[in-house]
Amino acid sequence: MNLRKYLKVYKKFLHTSLASELEYKTNILIDLITAILSLIGSIFLLSIFFQNNGYIGGWKFEEALIIQGIYTVLNGITNTWFNPNLTEIVKHIREGTLDFVLLKPIDSQFFISLKKINPSGFLEIMLGFCLLFFCVRINQINLNLSFLTLSLITISCSICILYSLWFFISTTTIWFVKTWNAIEVLRSFLYIGRFPLNSFSFSLRIFFSIFIPIAFITTIPSEVFLGVSQLWKILLEVIVATVFLKTSRKFWLFALKFYSSASS
Amino acid sequence: MVQNIIDVRNLSKSFDISSKEPGLKGTIKHFFKRQTKSLKVIKDISFEIQEGEIVGFLGANGAGKTTILKMLCGLIYPSEGSIMVSGYLPFMRKENFLKNITLIMGQKQQLIWDLPPIESFYLNASIYDLDKFEAKRRIKKLSEMLEIDKELFIPVRKLSLGQRMKSELLAALIHEPNILFLDEPTLGLDINAQRNLRKFLKKYNKETNATICLTSHYMKDITSLCKRVICVHEGTVSYDGKLDLLLKKLSPVKEILIVCRSEEDAIKLENYGFNVKNKIKNEITIKIENNSITSSLKTILNNFDIEDLFINEPPIDEIIGRVLIKKDYEI
Repeated sequence: MNLRKYLKVYKKFLHTSLASELEYKTNILIDLITAILSLIGSIFLLSIFFQNNGYIGGWKFEEALIIQGIYTVLNGITNTWFNPNLTEIVKHIREGTLDFVLLKPIDSQFFISLKKINPSGFLEIMLGFCLLFFCVRINQINLNLSFLTLSLITISCSICILYSLWFFISTTTIWFVKTWNAIEVLRSFLYIGRFPLNSFSFSLRIFFSIFIPIAFITTIPSEVFLGVSQLWKILLEVIVATVFLKTSRKFWLFALKFYSSASS
Repeated sequence: MVQNIIDVRNLSKSFDISSKEPGLKGTIKHFFKRQTKSLKVIKDISFEIQEGEIVGFLGANGAGKTTILKMLCGLIYPSEGSIMVSGYLPFMRKENFLKNITLIMGQKQQLIWDLPPIESFYLNASIYDLDKFEAKRRIKKLSEMLEIDKELFIPVRKLSLGQRMKSELLAALIHEPNILFLDEPTLGLDINAQRNLRKFLKKYNKETNATICLTSHYMKDITSLCKRVICVHEGTVSYDGKLDLLLKKLSPVKEILIVCRSEEDAIKLENYGFNVKNKIKNEITIKIENNSITSSLKTILNNFDIEDLFINEPPIDEIIGRVLIKKDYEI
């Protein structure tokens, strides 16, 4: 893979999608307001849960805010990259415009995963990081190199798992054509990621760890933040992320063999 | 020696198609138990195309033209048979193969809707790994050839269909491919835009010796661009050869309307031995075989007092229309 070329193309993707989005200023403004209101609403909801009992699943409110912070960062990434690109796959396949992507001398997964960008998601990412910084302060977390490295690794793994799940569902469009509902179900499950895994029953914890690995997406990075995560959990998250990423890649290449293009 | 750039041998393609009975009962039945059957849309076809040729694919809707084009450019996997395009197996979609080809579809667009076309051109240039100066040079050259230099900076959504199509062509040709697959490129364009597009394609072919495979329902596209046509009928090749030979075969006679000076001359002409179609007063219409037109006209002009004369060619759409519904044409 020619890294220089891919960086050059990604720079163009950024430029064109930012320019496209900036054509509609009001839309961006509404998106930004929505992101702020959504974060305030989520924190308010969380505080209601903690009103009667100071702990949920062994987590204090201040600690649970870390999960909310990580969720906000991930939701920002979802809104910035995954939502504008991966929902477009369904359109590409239904309307046959995937033809143009497949005939370009560039990796098709790279193209359809990163072509667009929604700049209003950046605010959500920034808000998420601000919330995490606030949590570091109130939980008196010691900011050192190993903490930052482990946080970066686990958050990156969470992004990979989330992307792979979404991409996997979008790929099934090649056979089923319409998969909007499955993506909505996935988004609904992600809301669950705002709460500590221990706050659910044993069976749900198993479900959210094995079948839809929400647990890996927010809880493990939060445990790293609090310094209570065990090494095996971090390693497991790295393995799960690698397996998910590789499987989604293989699944995409396999699915393309069944792509029949839309009729003209 | 001109080489074959496209080589297709015993190519077939089948699709699984599901069918649904009408009404609510049919819908429920279709939801729970889908009846699918394998439909062979391309049946054992073979042909070669030489470098620099412009070949028109003719056929009714659903005959299989677009499926053939999509297999040639590597979008669809063939079920049986082999395809070699420019020395590559198309469905492997190797980088060097993709840099050699382009696909333009009249009904689909790749330009970024909210931005001026120049942004899409530079994006494509980066995908094809062209540096900024080379991209600029090619955009300038192609925009002058296509006469769209003024529209480069206007958002795509504000351009007319003709301007958009020209921009699509520029976006698809920025990497200077030597094989062009065009699927109804003039669809929906007005007469002038169609003519300009054809003019451009002719010039591009002449200047670059690019091979062009074209499907179109506008016969003018085919007659002005293609010397060779491949007629596709229900997934099989019903004719592969020169267009003028096909037209001669399908239309062996011409109709000649002769206006005589007097009705007596018209009667004399009627009885001379020509194949008369009809006669109204001093106007007589006769049918003459293509190979005896010159001698017959000489006879008429030397022996009769003629006021005017019209040679009527049957409309090409009508002739080609006959090809689309017939299975075999032996020339």
